[in-house]
Amino acid sequence: MLWDAFPSALDMARFQFAFTVTFHFLFPAFTIGLASYLAVLEGLWLWTKREVYLDLFRYWVKVFAVNFAMGVVSGIVMSYQFGTNWSAFSDRTGPVLGPLLGYEVLTAFFLEAGFLGVMLFGLGRVGKGLHFLATCLVAIGTLISGFWILSANSWMQTPSGYSIGPDGRFLPEDWWAIIFNPSFPLRYLHTITGTFLTTALIVGAVGAWHLLRNGANERARVMFSMAMWMTAAVAPAQLVFGDLQGLWALHYQPQKVAAMEGHWETQRGAPLILFGMPDMEREETRMSLEIPRLGSLILRHDWDGEIQGLKEFPPDQRPTNVPLVFWSFRIMVAAGLLMIALGFVSLWLRWRGTLYRTDWFLRWAVGMGPSGLIAVTFGWITTEAGRQPFTVYGLMRTADSVSPIAAPAVATSLALFIVVYFIVFGAGIWYLFRLFRHPPEAHETGAEAEPPIRTAGITPAPSVGRDRRHGAHPEPAE
Amino acid sequence: MINETVAVIWALLIATGIFLYVCMDGFDLGVGILFPWLRDREDRDTAVNTVAPVWDGNETWLVLGGGGLFAVFPLAYAVILPALYMPLIVMLLALIFRGVAFEMRFRAETPKQRLWWDRAFSGGSMVATFCQGIALGALVQGIEVEERAYAGGWWDWVSGFSVLTGLALLAGYGLLGACWLIWKTEGALQDRGRELARWLGSLTLGFILVVSLVMPFLQPEFRARWFDFPAILLALPVPVLVVLLAWRFYRALDESEEAARKRPGPVPPRQVLWHDGVPFFCALGLFLLSYIGLGISMWPMIVPPEITIWEAAAPESTQVFILVGAAILIPIILAYTGYVYWLFRGKVQAGQGYH
Repeated sequence: MLWDAFPSALDMARFQFAFTVTFHFLFPAFTIGLASYLAVLEGLWLWTKREVYLDLFRYWVKVFAVNFAMGVVSGIVMSYQFGTNWSAFSDRTGPVLGPLLGYEVLTAFFLEAGFLGVMLFGLGRVGKGLHFLATCLVAIGTLISGFWILSANSWMQTPSGYSIGPDGRFLPEDWWAIIFNPSFPLRYLHTITGTFLTTALIVGAVGAWHLLRNGANERARVMFSMAMWMTAAVAPAQLVFGDLQGLWALHYQPQKVAAMEGHWETQRGAPLILFGMPDMEREETRMSLEIPRLGSLILRHDWDGEIQGLKEFPPDQRPTNVPLVFWSFRIMVAAGLLMIALGFVSLWLRWRGTLYRTDWFLRWAVGMGPSGLIAVTFGWITTEAGRQPFTVYGLMRTADSVSPIAAPAVATSLALFIVVYFIVFGAGIWYLFRLFRHPPEAHETGAEAEPPIRTAGITPAPSVGRDRRHGAHPEPAE
Repeated sequence: MINETVAVIWALLIATGIFLYVCMDGFDLGVGILFPWLRDREDRDTAVNTVAPVWDGNETWLVLGGGGLFAVFPLAYAVILPALYMPLIVMLLALIFRGVAFEMRFRAETPKQRLWWDRAFSGGSMVATFCQGIALGALVQGIEVEERAYAGGWWDWVSGFSVLTGLALLAGYGLLGACWLIWKTEGALQDRGRELARWLGSLTLGFILVVSLVMPFLQPEFRARWFDFPAILLALPVPVLVVLLAWRFYRALDESEEAARKRPGPVPPRQVLWHDGVPFFCALGLFLLSYIGLGISMWPMIVPPEITIWEAAAPESTQVFILVGAAILIPIILAYTGYVYWLFRGKVQAGQGYH
């Protein structure tokens, strides 16, 4: 049969979820950090009264509007996909996970309906204080949205606070234990820090690009400088958070860590494998380049610490794609190390007073623009592929979670998703690059001067100042 | 006992949410459906500007429906969504496509580009509506369930009845769109809206009649609801009210036409002409009656013919936990929505509005 040559319905459903969620998360990964950055910019403007911060706020708020819109649109699909493709999972985990996702929807909805419009269109129409409040609430709202989503994801990694009913459903026993499950606090810290870094690197790349064209552009200097401070301070901290999360994972999900490290045998004084080819059939990592004992030192903080290998676990309890976990982890770490290096070099150049004039460094910063998105994406692939073969770790298998949908149906929807996403988000990302290409100028126009972003929600703000919109540069209210 | 009451509260809440979605996204999808009958570029711009400030807020209710169902009736969510796999996925993609077309038609650099975005907007609106209608028909017709899971095939949603409801919804949303244009515009575009509303009204009433005649034969329970005594006492007023409302609808169209002929000049900004809004509210009334009729047929099933709302309900702790948040946030959102509609009241003139 022709269909025998195709992947199974389960594999295609997994790929479809991976594709749509990866695409989706690119947007919030930037939005969450950018919202906080905008709040900082506006706060600095109100505090120092320097126009340059207002110009930067207006420059980046246009990017924020488009990015937020794409995040909302790609997110709607996610809230339906649990049911369409993972119905067995939804039925059993709904009583626990449903409210967490429900609260996320309510928060996002509330935010979209209320404060986003004021933030995007309200400068010059409401007072400065009220506008700043709206910006801060949007920033806090994105953090709350992330809170619920990450809580739900973490519960799938380290389920707690539940009981299992006679029909196999997970039933809530203790909401506090469910929401603040063991892996949640560190994961939240690590992810939010990742979004801040993502934003810093994109802002830094745009600033560097404009500095290469015009080194005297003060606004480009300020955004570049802020981005480099952020990278220098946060990238090393992120390494620490990542290490802590690794220690935690070793306790709760030793198989995942073994796959990340490429360890098959349990050993004392385990080496750190820098590179290699994990071979699932031969159950070994071939052609490995190792540093003796460093693995134990990193994971156990002890030269002779014992590390469990994959062979310790029956094959049906191991991650289903060890090379994917192994390599994704390395890509994330490599991106992170490059960020740390960028931060250190920026400090050195700043001390020498040539931060804005060193062309090779500016080009490097431009090249690092997508590195935050890359690190976040591959970090998620590491943790999600490492959670396999389970959806609820140790309790519910991925194969038992899928909807009873025939393979051709999933293949059709997957093809549709790929085509529509590339057209729609391709157009959106093209538009973002057009905004980036434009240098930040004095008296930057804000989101008001752009064609309206309808996804700004049911905001009244555009109408409030409709008559004023004839002026190209609406001034803030005094 | 408490659990059962909370489940009823939630069923009513979600039903209300879906109805609000149908009312609000209905007319803005309807405007997209009418595009092939609005050839003039300026008319299209004005028509789009009437829905521009509100359409995205309208659509958000859809997410609340999906999220709410997962949280409160996970079993229904887990059975209905796979059963309606294709129509729902295509609907979501059509809505995304339409949303982007909405943005991009204002950013088009040439008339030709704009024409293509117009086609995408209109096509997306039609496909999304048709899929919603199909999904409704397939749900009402019944879903095969075995051991807490969907047990049918991936083409089960295709049937004469579901295609019928798909077409009915196209006519119905088109009617809402036309009535919305009568309320929100004037001059030639309003005349066009009235013309369209007349025959879309007849078409919608025809579909309501046919669907009502077919419904009792789909499930024995439906038949019992409508024809057995004393249930018929509850059900009987519905068709009577439909007839009365249809009569009021056509009279309102005539009145609005009469008033437009007598009007000396353009309507001042922000002045609400309530008599121009009567056809719109009559059309909403027809939707409400059809919805209540549907509710009478289905109650207390959430997935006919197998699963009741109590069987599908999440445990009490879950329902109460999320009810707290909903009770605080939904009234605020509703108040805000009402405020926005009030802010954008009155006629939208050509060339005015967002640009």
